[in-house]
Amino acid sequence: MLMICSKHSMEKMMDFELTPRQKQIRMAAKEFAEGEFPPVAREYDRKEEFPRELWKKACELGFIGLFIKKEYGGLGLGFLEFAMVMEEFWRVDPGCGNILLTTFGSELIQLYGTEEQKKRYLPPLTRGRAIMGTAITEPDAGSDILSALTLAKKEGDHYSISGAKQFITNGSIANYLTVFCLTNPEAASRLNRFGVIIVETDRPGFGAIKITGKMGIRASDTAELRFNDVKVPKENLVGDKEGEGFSQIMQLFNINRVIAAAQGVGVAQGALEKAIQYIKKRKQFGQPLATFQAIQFKIAEMATWVEAARALTYQAGWMIDHGKVDPKRISIAKSIAGEVGVKVTNDALQLHGGYGYIGDYDMERFYRDAKIVEIYEGAKEIEKNTIARELLGRV
Amino acid sequence: MDFELTNEQKDIQKAAREFAEKRFPEVAEECDLNETFPKALWKKACELGFVGIFIPEAYGGPGLGFLEHALITEEFSRVDAGCGCILTTTLGSEFILFYGREEQKRKYLSLLPRGEAIMGMAITEPDAGSDVASVSTVARKEGDHYIIQGNKIFITNGSIADYLVILCVTNEEGRDRSKRHSPILVETNREGFEANPLKRKLGMRASDTAEISFSEMKVPRENLVGEVEGEGFYQLMTVFNHTRIAVAIAGVGIAQGGLEKAIQYSKQRKQFGSPIGSFQGIQFKLAEMASLIEAARVLCYQAAWMVDHGKIDPKLISMAKWFAGEVGVRVIDEVVQIHGGYGYLGEYGIERLYRDAKLVEIVEGTKEIEKLIIARELLGR
Repeated sequence: MLMICSKHSMEKMMDFELTPRQKQIRMAAKEFAEGEFPPVAREYDRKEEFPRELWKKACELGFIGLFIKKEYGGLGLGFLEFAMVMEEFWRVDPGCGNILLTTFGSELIQLYGTEEQKKRYLPPLTRGRAIMGTAITEPDAGSDILSALTLAKKEGDHYSISGAKQFITNGSIANYLTVFCLTNPEAASRLNRFGVIIVETDRPGFGAIKITGKMGIRASDTAELRFNDVKVPKENLVGDKEGEGFSQIMQLFNINRVIAAAQGVGVAQGALEKAIQYIKKRKQFGQPLATFQAIQFKIAEMATWVEAARALTYQAGWMIDHGKVDPKRISIAKSIAGEVGVKVTNDALQLHGGYGYIGDYDMERFYRDAKIVEIYEGAKEIEKNTIARELLGRV
Repeated sequence: MDFELTNEQKDIQKAAREFAEKRFPEVAEECDLNETFPKALWKKACELGFVGIFIPEAYGGPGLGFLEHALITEEFSRVDAGCGCILTTTLGSEFILFYGREEQKRKYLSLLPRGEAIMGMAITEPDAGSDVASVSTVARKEGDHYIIQGNKIFITNGSIADYLVILCVTNEEGRDRSKRHSPILVETNREGFEANPLKRKLGMRASDTAEISFSEMKVPRENLVGEVEGEGFYQLMTVFNHTRIAVAIAGVGIAQGGLEKAIQYSKQRKQFGSPIGSFQGIQFKLAEMASLIEAARVLCYQAAWMVDHGKIDPKLISMAKWFAGEVGVRVIDEVVQIHGGYGYLGEYGIERLYRDAKLVEIVEGTKEIEKLIIARELLGR
């Protein structure tokens, strides 16, 4: 016989249920989003405007930066909780939901920053006094981030930054940004050439141009940035060593890919619920659409995909919070959740027919919004590269 | 919340993997070819405690849960799903465990983990497949006996079982179709029982499948599982909510085994001067396969965990079963594809996976039934 001990004597138990605290947070996020987003979502989408009032309220209620430690003004919760709040927000409206990205880059400061940096840059974020972002992508360096050219030249006790960044979330509204720069272009390995530098956006030489006409998440600000000899003190380097930028950014991606995955789950869940509601009401051939088996099967498949994506996302988030960062698992969650977002919003729109295609039912907005998850924080192709590398090693 | 297996669960998983890797490969091909149930393997698995792991200690089992049962099933299926069928020798014991009387539990459960009996459950009939409530095998009451008359088909272990739980009509007068059936325990050595093995199944050929007939078979009244007649339909639904998880996870195991073979092959196989694993077209395929498997696995574990914690969620269980079945078929299709001609030939064991995987979409509720259940939970009536 196997060495079997009784079921209740185990040192720890697998547990698929949310804790009561997690359930509370989830519920609070849901109530906030349902109460605040619907009246304004369509308008912010149309005007391509950042919902500043919503952001302020969300800060007041503690939703922003809840993973930031208490001593730096946050709630000291985990990335699983962050993911859940993101999911609930995106379930109601992805564009408005991205007010949660106003802390984007703070993960880096919290993980690698100096004590002064943490004290200075983290508390304003949760209090609604500052917005931040992270600038990595450049016109010619997308998935291939090691091709970034933005240069931070050392000049005495300053860096002088020159270059251009593209598609930067919060780029035109941020108070400060963590910027991925070449600090050591001479280093032998491309992996050791970069540093992350905190740049206040009111410094001379910094310019941001808001990008308009995005397909979706139009309430979320996106900009292209210019750095013309922007002088930044050397102590603005995140951490105390140059050349660590690439591995720092990879760690940031590990976290934020889980958050992006939660976005895919949220938008899919929201679309699913709208579809269920619609097909129960909509009558054709004398009966509700929901009574047709072809429609029932479609709904069943949509719901299953959402459930699978959610379980993967929570698992990846839980592991990060327990010190087990697993890039393969994270990339799996992100690529499945992105795909599920696109697939399920497509099906939900289809079920709405013509009504799905026009603005009144929100479905067309969800359809536009969902696509971003397959593109940002690592395109789905990059996720697959990561997964394949973990499976195959270097072939 | 805790997504990690306990150390004990990891030990069970490891033991199951070692056993399967050591014992299955030497018999798998032959069992598939000859359509024989691997009896010696089953005995050995019983000795090591893998069979009936969810049966309580009081009835001779280790008293663990359906998650542990799933972990073993997954590891067995990863090496060979056909040989993995030795775990189905407890099929139907769930009826006895949940609804049986104390003496039934003592009598029928304890033999299973010890390798002293094989059982099965006989639900499906020639004209009653997914539509279970149409089952028409009749159990007529005569004094202190039932007289059973009817036919069953596609019965797992039908021709090798020592006893079976049979779904019969006991209450023809029941006001609705779901109140007419009861499970009755039947020893297969009773007069009037006949089983014919069904040959030439597509896959899972190590698993015994039979058609069964009962002609005026006499069974004592105390062989009714439990005390109450007419609850069989609902009882069966609960049993399915457990057995479906095992079938689902078998889909995950088959897919995982196939994925590993495909990874290995794509690192060795050279075409156009480099290993095919260096081509992005193959890399992306493998990445997608691994992602689907991971998704199916976490659904199965979640469903099993919930069941073990008294939270039976038919929607989640049906999701796990549908999804894992689909993933099994889809992933193994790609596994064959990556192996090319070698995948299509018998000697590499890849084509067997392709045949085995399909069963998950059919047995224990077809995927269409799973979708109906999910939709009903989402939409109401």
